[in-house]
Amino acid sequence: MSATADLPLWAALPVALLLLLGAGLTLAGSIGLIRLRDFYARVHSPTLGTTMGVSSILLGSIIYFSVTGSRLVLHEILIAIFMGVTTPVTLMLLARAALYRDRREGRDDVPPPGTHGAP
Amino acid sequence: MSAALLEWSVFLAQAMLALAMGCAAWRTLRGPRAQDRVLGLDTLYVNAAMLLLVFGIRTGSVLYFEAALIIALLGFVATAALAKFLMRGEVIE
Amino acid sequence: MRRFLPYPLAALALLLTWLLLTGLSPATLLLGVVLAWLGTWLLRVMDPPRLRLRRFRVVLDLMWVVAAEIARSNFAVARIVLAPRPRTLSSGFVRIPLEMRDPIGLAALACIITATPGTVWVEYDSADGTMLLHVLDLIDETEWAGIIKNRYERRLMEVLA
Repeated sequence: MSATADLPLWAALPVALLLLLGAGLTLAGSIGLIRLRDFYARVHSPTLGTTMGVSSILLGSIIYFSVTGSRLVLHEILIAIFMGVTTPVTLMLLARAALYRDRREGRDDVPPPGTHGAP
Repeated sequence: MSAALLEWSVFLAQAMLALAMGCAAWRTLRGPRAQDRVLGLDTLYVNAAMLLLVFGIRTGSVLYFEAALIIALLGFVATAALAKFLMRGEVIE
Repeated sequence: MRRFLPYPLAALALLLTWLLLTGLSPATLLLGVVLAWLGTWLLRVMDPPRLRLRRFRVVLDLMWVVAAEIARSNFAVARIVLAPRPRTLSSGFVRIPLEMRDPIGLAALACIITATPGTVWVEYDSADGTMLLHVLDLIDETEWAGIIKNRYERRLMEVLA
């Protein structure tokens, strides 16, 4: 059996909504990994989970543990800050690696390096 | 009343996150190129960390939080190293 | 002061992280202060470029703008992904000339742009000062240059000036 503690309704409702919103956005991001057609389009979709998805789940978790433990629990913020800082870095690295590989293979659907493509 | 609401929403959130992990795993296995697999793996890590957080709410235990933090840390290092590898063919220059 | 505690903000951030992880008690506070102090000494060995933030109000304004934009584009991208019939997406690359040359500002701009769903910073050419942006839903190329420059670059240059 689940051990979810009995929360008052005013706390349970936002926790439930935040959990569902976060999980739904994360699911949408992961579905994007499947549905979008090329790599550069797919790079965009994990950001859904790592920005608002993780923030709303963590906000729900903060409310839940703060109300049940009757003191403010904030250490979840660390995960949100950490993911917010690291995901852009990994996505940029991946996009650059993909661009580098595509250029080396001589694909013509990626822009050439530097000054040639300037508007 | 509020316990049932919370229990159902936790269950639904877990189901959605598990499905999201499935989508990421599909992309990791399917490819077609190496960068797609790394992207899928990175998403898989993030989704696993979030699933653990929801487990923490379900069981009321704070221990899951630390597991999620470690997964997020290792996932970042792994993805950064893999991206570096895709670019240069070696991890340490 | 500078000699004794070279990076006060970094030390404070380390101490707060430590306290969030271990909980607040006299023993952890003492150990955290020692660890934060040692950590900033390690930072001094690496000698990162110094950051000078001006105009604290613009920093808050920028954070608010970024948060609102992330929330808005989360739903925009979710709508694109979940559309029942995937419409033909006009995603593509845009090259945008930037005026900012400060490496810290460029790093911050790159993180802001990539953290926003729907846009990814791909590369920066330091020779001609242009960045390459990939946009998921690219409708008007010139509009994107204006958005990046007016919304983010102007504020970042004000903060770091």
